[in-house]
Amino acid sequence: MAKVLVFIDNPGQALKKSSLELLTIARSLGETAVAVNGALNDDVVAALGAHGATAVFRPSSEDLDAYLIGPKAAYLAGAVAASGATTVLLENSFDGKEIAARLGIKLGAGVITDVVGVEPDGTAHKSVLAGSYTTTAKATTAVSVLTVKPNSVTPDPAAAAASPEVLTVDVPDSATAGAARITGRKDKPASGRPDLTEARIVVAGGRGVDGDFGPVEELADALGAAVGASRAATDAGWIGHDAQVGQTGKTVSPQLYISAGISGAIQQKAGMQTAKVIVAINKDAESPVFEIADFGIIGDLFQVLPQATEEIKKRKG
Amino acid sequence: MKIIVLVKHVPDAQLDRHLSDEDNTTDRADSILSELDEYALEAALQLTEARGGAKAGNQVIALSMGPAGAVNAIKKSLQIGATEGVHLRDDALAGSDAAATSLALAAAVRHIGADGPVDLVLTGMASTDGETSLVPAQLAERLDLPQVTFASELEVDGGRVIARRDSDTHYDTVEATLPAVVSVTDQINEPRFPNFKGIIAAKRKTITTLTLAEIGVDPAEVGKTGSWTEVKTAAARPPRTAGTIITDEGDAGIKLVDFLAAQKLL
Repeated sequence: MAKVLVFIDNPGQALKKSSLELLTIARSLGETAVAVNGALNDDVVAALGAHGATAVFRPSSEDLDAYLIGPKAAYLAGAVAASGATTVLLENSFDGKEIAARLGIKLGAGVITDVVGVEPDGTAHKSVLAGSYTTTAKATTAVSVLTVKPNSVTPDPAAAAASPEVLTVDVPDSATAGAARITGRKDKPASGRPDLTEARIVVAGGRGVDGDFGPVEELADALGAAVGASRAATDAGWIGHDAQVGQTGKTVSPQLYISAGISGAIQQKAGMQTAKVIVAINKDAESPVFEIADFGIIGDLFQVLPQATEEIKKRKG
Repeated sequence: MKIIVLVKHVPDAQLDRHLSDEDNTTDRADSILSELDEYALEAALQLTEARGGAKAGNQVIALSMGPAGAVNAIKKSLQIGATEGVHLRDDALAGSDAAATSLALAAAVRHIGADGPVDLVLTGMASTDGETSLVPAQLAERLDLPQVTFASELEVDGGRVIARRDSDTHYDTVEATLPAVVSVTDQINEPRFPNFKGIIAAKRKTITTLTLAEIGVDPAEVGKTGSWTEVKTAAARPPRTAGTIITDEGDAGIKLVDFLAAQKLL
């Protein structure tokens, strides 16, 4: 049976949904081992077992988080060797993709990013050129390294839980020598909203909000949604750059994308056109966003959004 | 200071972009200098200008790998202010994935470093065509250099590079010794435009063309044969069509909620 290794960087107190998705995909491909970095609590080990992991690897070095990318790739290369894995799955974050990149060179393995589905033979599905094409790609090497986008599968526990063995992988001193070191860290204030790339619903505002994201945020909170923004809105400083959806920002594929006061230029469309359902609200009937919206409202977002928010609250009672 | 900036000639993202039916590679008609590379070029110019610019012997070398048209990305970089250009051009490179691209670029960087060590390799955060962000990290791995990626602030001080790196949950300060591979985000600066003086000056600057043989790379290690991934199929996504469009008559918010309820999205 093929062996698969899933990398979970700092699982914390409980596994994220995106990690459970990786485990669910891994199980469809073969026997699953997990490599973690950082603290590992018993509940997490049990959850990994419930999702089919038969082995859990930890690094011999506890300070990998003090460095950027390189040493984590070196550790993971050791875990691949220890597990005998022929497929490695990582999350599709900036860090995930770069760890995959360096790991690929270390192992002589093909790397495929932005994956949304994997077939048992390792063929990966993804979309390219900002969602305008869907492609299948496959590594031609003995080992393949795939980074998988969130919301690609429904997480599912294994039919029978395993009791994973916890093993240590030796990280050589050379892994950290010469690596970029993280010398300071400042946490960003937490919004309490779901992560933009993982959210099931995104409400995004653009130039039309004219500096006031209040109605966008209130509708997002009523829907349990993440808040996004066009580049015009982030460049104007109305909201943090983290919220930017589009070619130079984040790509999202939620179940529902609500676009408010965004014209829908190609740059913006690039970030959201793979959403299942698109709703657009804009005063300008000529906005290109109406060409792709499943439901479009020509109207003032300052009227439409608060009314929708009130109505949702009323119905949810 | 000697800085190499990687610049890529990519299909204009403001237009519809296509994959070729023949071999699933990107159609490169209507290509321009990748917008995200302009931030790397600007960062390089600021670092060298703070050290006396070209007059003081600082070099900003725009390096591009690609077919004949890629020279346009180099020419634009020279107009903006790069001091010289290097075009890695060889038919065998066509169809290279990130692994093969990083192999060829690593060899080109070593070649450029042969007549004086390179301090920094600067890149954009991603290309606007492939969008993988793999190449800077793979280049760093192949050159055995530290990588400092997604920098939104950057300074060089006493043989070290110090950068700010933003993630979703925190800001990090990251330090590495030179030489290093650094990628920058579109938050780092405001790229300048080429001016008339720059356009005239660019005509006198040198563009060196390199082949694989000159940088010591076996053609079998790059292109489709040297790639470690293969695109098997590509299908244009059916264009989205417009759905119901209504004009607000005072109850559009309620109609919106009705629509969401009907789609089971509440």
